[in-house]
This record gives sequence, structure tokens and C-alpha cells, in this order.
Amino acid sequence: MTVEFDTTSPKFAEYAEPGRLVTGDWLQERLGQPGLVVVESDEDVLLYETGHIPGAVKVDWHTELNDPVVRDYLDGEGFAKLLSRKGIARDDTVVIYGDKNNWWAAYALWVFSLFGHEDVRLLDGGRDKWIAEGRPLTTEPTTREPVEYPIVERDDAVIRAYKDDVLAHLGNPLIDVRSPEEYSGERTSAPAYPEEGALRAGHIPSAQSVPWAKAVAEDGGFKSREELDAIYRDGAGLKDGDKIVAYCRIGERSSHTWFVLKHLLGFEDVRNYDGSWTEWGSAVRVPIVSGSEPGEVPAR
Amino acid sequence: MSENTLPARLAEIRDEFLELDEPDRLQLLLEFSHELPDVPAEYADHPEMCERVAECQSPVYIVVDVDDAGRVAMHATAPAEAPTTRGFASILAQGLTGLSAAEVLAVPDDFPQSIGLTRAVSPLRIAGMTGMLMRAKRQVRAKSGL
Repeated sequence: MTVEFDTTSPKFAEYAEPGRLVTGDWLQERLGQPGLVVVESDEDVLLYETGHIPGAVKVDWHTELNDPVVRDYLDGEGFAKLLSRKGIARDDTVVIYGDKNNWWAAYALWVFSLFGHEDVRLLDGGRDKWIAEGRPLTTEPTTREPVEYPIVERDDAVIRAYKDDVLAHLGNPLIDVRSPEEYSGERTSAPAYPEEGALRAGHIPSAQSVPWAKAVAEDGGFKSREELDAIYRDGAGLKDGDKIVAYCRIGERSSHTWFVLKHLLGFEDVRNYDGSWTEWGSAVRVPIVSGSEPGEVPAR
Repeated sequence: MSENTLPARLAEIRDEFLELDEPDRLQLLLEFSHELPDVPAEYADHPEMCERVAECQSPVYIVVDVDDAGRVAMHATAPAEAPTTRGFASILAQGLTGLSAAEVLAVPDDFPQSIGLTRAVSPLRIAGMTGMLMRAKRQVRAKSGL
């Protein structure tokens, strides 16, 4: 059973897929409705415990969506077990929200999409906006009856890019969503400061720098269609029919941008390169560019 | 790193965590996060005197004092929206405050990996606590002249 779309927001109506977002009003009115599951997914693993939307279940991407050994996501069996345990059925409407303007919520949404969970939406503005609007929170743990979620194999072909895919993609649009300092390869670290991440600093040749937060409005929700078109089409030069890859450091911020490009602006072929800079910046014999210009794709 | 170099309070904290199963360890970390004391007013009014811990994704700042007698006091601020980071800061503030500078410098760098949280919170997040410890030690080194 799925729940009707939120058609109350004129802002959403302009997006390619208006049904991918819900407002706080819409969600608050429907809390507890059968067929609707609210999921909180945060950067901070303890934030849910400090207070969450009544009835929401927690999904932690580090400890629950990743394979503990291989740098990869759960397989079909693992995902089925996880969702069964959380009480999420295959045809449930899942509304995800989280901290940091929905970074991790978008990441979770993208992982759910790898398994083809059809109806998965974001709460516009995420956790902070819900709290800012004075809506209810509880520390009461949520218990949902376990269900039987079917085993569906993950499909990485359509919305996920591996390193070799990105090498083959060079010459097509790439969006680097990290900060300008990470993009240019400036390093501010000094001796005795632990450095986490990559052996080289810079960006993938020809990638346009569009930090993820450019898509976020002052109220913490997504910017309007018109503003997003100005950023990604006019600014970064994306055109209908483009094949696009977005990346960041580990793939979480780029999930946010992936959501914008795919669901709000309607680009059909958008992939998230989750290996991102922690892989590319350390990989042997892949080209990089340092400095604030995109740089040229090397001749092959 | 030998067992002997771990000061009593930190050893006690480690044992408290290791006695629990993983979900309860997270609850204990949450309790630590509630216990993080406010920074003294002199630092609260002058955030530029504190050092940002870049390894943590959340804005966390630490400042470590060494008094004339060579005793260390660690203070930290982290937002309520970052309870895990607050919990890490609270463990270190409670564990390091009152030690001598030499004792702080002798704390094993892998202490954060030894308290049984790596799997429950993920290695990436534990790296944030390691960053905090290393920065605290660096400040102690700078301020004590050791």
C-alpha cells in the first residue's frame, strides 16, 4: 500500500517528480498511517536517540547499510533482513529525513533505490526544519512488527558508478560537490594533524565544482526549480540528455546532489560515484587536476 | 602500547564500555554526551582561542590548559546536534583532566579504538575521536614544553 503524494506545495509542483518530497504539515497529519514508514538517517549515530519523529525508525548508513568488510553496500539478502527487521514492506511509502540538510537521508534514499524500493521520499528540510517548526519529537523507542521484505538483488548499473565507469565517462559532465578547498586541492593540514582520506588533492579532470549546499534554501529545504536550473543548467552547463556523474569524498554529499539532478530536475542518466575522492585521490594511474579550474580530459 | 600507560580514569571508562553489549555502549556514550561540561566563560566568550577538530564532521572545538603545577584540564564544545562527538569529547575531558602533562602524552594513541565502540559507531567516526586526542596531546606538548 502506498500513500498519496503531497500536492500541497507550489514549490514541489515545479519539480520533475513532485512526489519525491513531503512537507512537515503533510507528514505530521499522516504519522501512524498504515503503509507509511518514517525513517531517520543521520550523520551522528546517536542523534535519533536524543529525540525523533514519533514512530520513526532509525537506519544508520555506516553500521546498517554498509557491508562490514568489503567497501560496498548490503547485498539483496542483507537489505531484505534489515528492512524486515525494521518493519518496512516492499510496497510501503518510505519518508526519510535526517540531519545536515538531509545528506544522510539522501544517501539512504539512494541505497534504497539501488534495491528498487519504489516509493521513497524525503522530508523537505529534514530534521532541523521539523524541529524549527516546533513539531513533535519523542525519545520513545519505536517498535514495528517485523515483516517479510523480499530478497531483491541490488542493481548498480543505473544509478551507481564505479571508478572504471568514471574513467570511461570522462568527457561527459562530472559534478564535484565538495567544498572549493577540496576541489582545488588546497591543503591546510600541518604536521601532527591526522589526515584522513586520499593521497592526492584536487579533482577529477573536467569536473565542475558545484558544492552540494548550493541546492539548499535558507529554510533548509531544497531551492526552487528555477533557482536549481540556474545553478545546474546555466551555471554548470548541464543539458537535457547529458549523462552525469556526481561525486564527493565518500558519496554522501553527492547523493544529495544526485537526488536534486535526478528527481527534482529530471535528468534521466545520473549516477553517484560513491568511491568518490577517497578512492580516486588514492588510486594508481588515474588523472587528477589541481587548482580551481576544471582542467582538460587527458587524451587516451 | 603497554597497559601501564593508560591512566586510571581512562582505564575505568574503557572497562565500563567493554562490560556492556553494543547497544548499551551507545547508551553509555549518550550519557557521556550529556555530561560534557560547559567551557569556562573565558573560552565561551573567545571561541577563537579554541581549536577546531577537523577530523570530526561536526563543529567541535577543544582547548587544553596546563597550569603552573603541570596539571592538564581539557575543555570542549560541540553542538547538541552532535551527541556522538559530544560523547567522545566528554570521555577525553573526563579522562585527561587532572593528569600531568607527561601522563597525557603517554596515553596510547589507539585509546579510541580500545573502548569497544569501533563497530557500533563505525571506524570513520572513531577517527574523529582519535583526531581529538591527537590535537589535545599536541596542545599539551606546546603548552608544557615537553
